[in-house]
Amino acid sequence: MALFSLSINGKKQEVDVDPSTPMLWVLRDHLSLVGTKYGCGIAMCGACTIHLNGNAVRSCQMPIEAVGESEITTIEGLSESADHPVQKAWLEVDVPQCGYCQAGQIMSASALLKKNPNPSDEDIDNAMSGNICRCGTYVRIKKAIKTAANPNV
Amino acid sequence: MSVIKTRVGRRTFLKTSAAAGGGLMISFSWLASCKPGQTKEEILAMPKEWFKLNGYIKIGDNGVVTIFSPNPEIGQNVMTSMPMIVAEELDVDWKKVIVEQGKLDADAFKNPQFAGGSLSIKLGWDALRMAGAAGRRMLMEATAKEWQVELSSLTASDGVIKEINGSRTIGYGEIASKAVGIEVPEELELKAPKDYKIIGTSKKNVEGSKIVTGKPLFGLDFQAEGMKLAMIHHPPAFGMKIKDFNRDEIINLDGVIDAFTIDTTTEEPVWAEVNAFNTLIAIVGDTTWQLVKAKKALKVTYENESAPESSDMHAKRLQEDLLKGEVTDSRVDGDPQAAFAKASKVIERTYSSPFIAHNTLEPMNFYADVKENSALLIGPTQTPKTLEETTSKLLGIPVENIEVEMTRIGGGFGKRLYVHFGLEAAAISKKFGGPIKMIYTREDDMTQGTYRPSYLATYKAGLDENNNLIAFSVKGVGLPEGPIFPNRFPAGAVENYSAEKLNSTTNISTGAWRAPRSHFTAGAEQSFLDEVAELAGKDPIDFRLALFEKAKTSPVGEKYDYDADRYAGVLKLVKEKCNWGQDTSGIHRGIAAYFCHNSYVAEVIDITMNNGQPKVEKVWCAVDCGIVINKEGAINMIEGGVVDGIGHALYSELKFENGAPVSNNFNTYQLIRHSQAPKEIEVFFVENEIAPTGLGEPGLPPAVGAIANALYKATGKRYYHTPFSTANQEQINLEVG
Repeated sequence: MALFSLSINGKKQEVDVDPSTPMLWVLRDHLSLVGTKYGCGIAMCGACTIHLNGNAVRSCQMPIEAVGESEITTIEGLSESADHPVQKAWLEVDVPQCGYCQAGQIMSASALLKKNPNPSDEDIDNAMSGNICRCGTYVRIKKAIKTAANPNV
Repeated sequence: MSVIKTRVGRRTFLKTSAAAGGGLMISFSWLASCKPGQTKEEILAMPKEWFKLNGYIKIGDNGVVTIFSPNPEIGQNVMTSMPMIVAEELDVDWKKVIVEQGKLDADAFKNPQFAGGSLSIKLGWDALRMAGAAGRRMLMEATAKEWQVELSSLTASDGVIKEINGSRTIGYGEIASKAVGIEVPEELELKAPKDYKIIGTSKKNVEGSKIVTGKPLFGLDFQAEGMKLAMIHHPPAFGMKIKDFNRDEIINLDGVIDAFTIDTTTEEPVWAEVNAFNTLIAIVGDTTWQLVKAKKALKVTYENESAPESSDMHAKRLQEDLLKGEVTDSRVDGDPQAAFAKASKVIERTYSSPFIAHNTLEPMNFYADVKENSALLIGPTQTPKTLEETTSKLLGIPVENIEVEMTRIGGGFGKRLYVHFGLEAAAISKKFGGPIKMIYTREDDMTQGTYRPSYLATYKAGLDENNNLIAFSVKGVGLPEGPIFPNRFPAGAVENYSAEKLNSTTNISTGAWRAPRSHFTAGAEQSFLDEVAELAGKDPIDFRLALFEKAKTSPVGEKYDYDADRYAGVLKLVKEKCNWGQDTSGIHRGIAAYFCHNSYVAEVIDITMNNGQPKVEKVWCAVDCGIVINKEGAINMIEGGVVDGIGHALYSELKFENGAPVSNNFNTYQLIRHSQAPKEIEVFFVENEIAPTGLGEPGLPPAVGAIANALYKATGKRYYHTPFSTANQEQINLEVG
């Protein structure tokens, strides 16, 4: 066990855990931030996507000891009241079916749009293909990303 | 207006019983300002008091309405669509409706609470309308009494009761306290479809805001005071059973509290208890990561209960049993043998599909708190009632002392019809002596079994000199259950017809996988008919339409399991919408139609080929599910079925070596991803006033046939074996036995 000081959603958090613990389980088991989902544990499904200094990363493959001073943002911290443009677009397009993958999809999409405010279909495919939606809402996700990029179109 | 009976025998359908919590319910009150993206619970001022009218409805003193959604929500969006039906007949403003997931409670809902067979809407249609209409009636009767007027002098709409020839009005919230306990009459009037204000519109997913903000909704997110976590280990291969493990080492690991084996075998198991691994190792501990590490430290000994199987063995067994397996269902019309003998052209093709896993993105999990003579189970199940009954059997606790609550469910696809994971959580909690949440790793989940069976089927058609279909036969076998539905299309449309469903054997455990058997037969039959139409020199849609006309005007045999007009209707609609027959350079087009789970769907898929890889440009869907409840939700469901169908047809399979699945996670098991998904899907509904049927499954099967037919147009090669992207597409030479 070791004590770690983390910056999560703009807040300092201290946890005493095994240094090899992936951030996914630090968030879910130790900080009760369960919006970040477990899907595969090997960075192949994207359900656990969080932002590390604004970049989308898979938290299941990010041990707490590798986080250091980095700023972590989870789905709970993306906005105060679901008013991030990506969250608003997701509601507008009514994307979710079961909804389990959607937090990860939204974290990947919001990281993409921050770097590339007007992505092409190919840009979206490249940035999003690590996120599986088992229900098959891909067409709506793409539409929502475009809606978030151009909210008035 | 139609009339519906509220009594079934002596039982009043919707009388509020004491057990259902009839009467006054005190709630806390708080006000919140309106912010974008907030949930309705946050936006609406909460009432000071709630009044429960029946198991589905409680009304606040300020007019806010809570509707309890009875069935498990697995992504089919019933948590929105089922309450919409109640709200329609209650006649309230949807903006004032809050939806809560109901618990398992037969007395409250008086309708089966499960998610399977695309049946929630079909089976719930009457009960949901009755619940709403009864609530409206109770409120109106209370108002008539209060005002000392005849019931017939009142009308109710959008949550307000009015005098027809007067000026008095009263809101549902103001009169609700006096409506509690009023008996509903034997018959109630229901709205005519033309008067619907909510049904047929598009209402957003009632949990949308919670989903996009990461609120704890799912079983895996559930937490309770004092709860520990548990993980399981099952044998790595089918046919193996756990004998012993290094318990002393495991219980000394960091964070591990206990480890033991459990056995979930019950007497006379029901279908939902299908499970290859009743004996498991359970490890109970503080955190998931500590348990994952403990699982890696397991040293287990096994014994063999049956011989290990492999994919090669499965292929051979299917071929043998297609010729000599046990026939479990069949149909014969006319004399197929004689008709084939005199046919001018005969075509015979064999189709196959591998085992596939459900792979719900939320792995199996359940919370259980088992006490000496009671149990509380909370989690993602499609069959809460069956879980309650089987838990009772396993633990010897009376059913009335077992409570089951459903969380939102991160995907079902049939996997969560089976109750093993709920039983395992209960068995672990009992042996551990405290509340636990059991969670599977992805690897545990993908290698546990309950797979979609592997199938093999042979289709044969005979054409006369005028290219009319005079003979048709199909034989299909599965591991273990065969895929054939003998009375489905083209039964009834061909003079000489035979169909045989054959079973085989395997020690791999199998179960219902979204549109069970239909997803296979739709793919095989619809690509076979495409090939037959081509051999006959006919347009594939016209070819099918002629068969439906035959089934309608001069049906063959005593019965067939479809409505020829509705089947033809979706084909005609999709034909019109996609401008069938207008070819575009570089676009390759395939058609398929299928009827299963009470709804009719036809799909046209347009693909392009880029570097040998298909890209789906557009999918056109025509759907007849009767009355559409929630239009946008219905479209989303069909879109999902199309993507799922294309994905599994092109990419997915589970192979076996030495009894073990070769894939155990998404690095080796391919699921369709963003870049492989269709660019566009357009969905059209046949408009009618037929009682509604479900959409969880029917959108999937035609996609398999339509993508196969589009691939043929693109490559000139027929696709017979899924997954189309990797499987050898050569015909299988069946030995004549």
